[in-house]
Amino acid sequence: MHFSKDHEWVRFDGDVATVGISKHAADALGDVVFVETPDAGKTVSKGDSFAVVESVKAASDVYAPVSGEVIEGNAALASAPETVNADPEGEGWFAKIKVSDASTDGLMDRAAYDAFLATL
Amino acid sequence: MTDEALKTTPLNAAHRAAGARMVGFGGYDMPVQYEGVLAEHRWTREHAGLFDVSHMGQCKITGEDAVAQFERFVPGDYAILKAGKQKYSLLLNAEGGIMDDLMAGKPDHDGLYVVVNAGNKDADFAFLQDNLQGDAKLKILDDRALLAIQGPEAAEVMAAHEPLLAEIGFLECARLMLFGCDCFISRSGYTGEDGYEISVPADQAERVWNEILKDARVKPIGLGARDSLRLEAGLPLHGHDIDASTSPVEGALTFALSKSRKERADFNGADRILKELADGPSRVRIGLSVKEGAPAREGAEIADMNGNVIGAITSGGPSPTLGRNIAMGYVPPKFAELGTDLKVIVRGKPAAAEVVATPFVAQRYYRKPKA
Repeated sequence: MHFSKDHEWVRFDGDVATVGISKHAADALGDVVFVETPDAGKTVSKGDSFAVVESVKAASDVYAPVSGEVIEGNAALASAPETVNADPEGEGWFAKIKVSDASTDGLMDRAAYDAFLATL
Repeated sequence: MTDEALKTTPLNAAHRAAGARMVGFGGYDMPVQYEGVLAEHRWTREHAGLFDVSHMGQCKITGEDAVAQFERFVPGDYAILKAGKQKYSLLLNAEGGIMDDLMAGKPDHDGLYVVVNAGNKDADFAFLQDNLQGDAKLKILDDRALLAIQGPEAAEVMAAHEPLLAEIGFLECARLMLFGCDCFISRSGYTGEDGYEISVPADQAERVWNEILKDARVKPIGLGARDSLRLEAGLPLHGHDIDASTSPVEGALTFALSKSRKERADFNGADRILKELADGPSRVRIGLSVKEGAPAREGAEIADMNGNVIGAITSGGPSPTLGRNIAMGYVPPKFAELGTDLKVIVRGKPAAAEVVATPFVAQRYYRKPKA
């Protein structure tokens, strides 16, 4: 699993990247009450806002940590947004994206991400 | 604003020790949440929540002319207000706009005790200082903290400390010794629940806070839940749902206009306000139930069923009690009738909404049985 500085995570399985928000991000948001995930077929570019996550207090953009075509948004989050708090780096995934380049350039492994969090 | 510029309340260390997440609000470093907004919201609706609202402004207006001078700027009848009562009112500018909303009462026999919003208090106090005439004097009570205890178990919790408190009714107030110190207390709040606001000397605040929290029915509650609670209760937040451009008629706060004062038309902005009462305002604050999609928050547009933008949301979000999204905003009166179907536009997507009555969640204030 790799992480972006915007607190998204990505896990590659061949040319499919599963993406979500980190536990740090989920904890910082507090109670998640609404999630908008992208529809299949949507093309996303690294750094674009591709999803929205809302706490009681505010809406936040989620930025794509990779470029590619969405093959599935996590529809389960529509009725159970609290999954993002309960299991942010597992069941609380946001989307599966088919990538042309499964590169981790610009992303951090967990040790590097933990070190990055320590600087915040 | 940097953290260094934020002021602190006398309870800052207590919040930090309790693991609160702190944010800047109204110029103060305040707890937004302790264990989580939803849990704190529900605890307050079911038990009792304790809030630090020491960032709010407290003052006394004293002197023979106190009431008459105060009434120049508010539309409530404070001359007939009995000792031991308080009343919600609005500080009006010359155009009838709401500079602030406030609570003013007579807890003792020494003029008025007034509580105003944190973000407006410097301006309010400067305005009063400049405009009070005769022998009316403003005394800023910046040596006091303000706590609020709210929820269905608040009265039992407080009666264990002082049995007298069970007997005062909604919007009654008193000055008395509580926890061994000189307190102003009123049965009021900002959540729609029964409860009290308690003004204590700043140097006693932490002791009183901890004393109240010893009761297992009480938990500390942050400003996050305070906002979702007041939204459910349909209570406006100044600077968002009402501001210096909004009149009491537009703001759906006509209950704050005392009959006698309307007849005398002797308060700031009376011309505009009476004209709007007679002819109707150009816009009015409504409650909306948002039936699909994302929460509609401040700034989201409101459209009619033909897609014409007719107004905007001033606050909104999820209602933990109702399990759906609610909002307040302004529309022309012809769209304000209960049951009117409208659209709210969130991130470009229209979602179905319906005009509904406020409060969204029934208020549960304590009304004394009639003698």
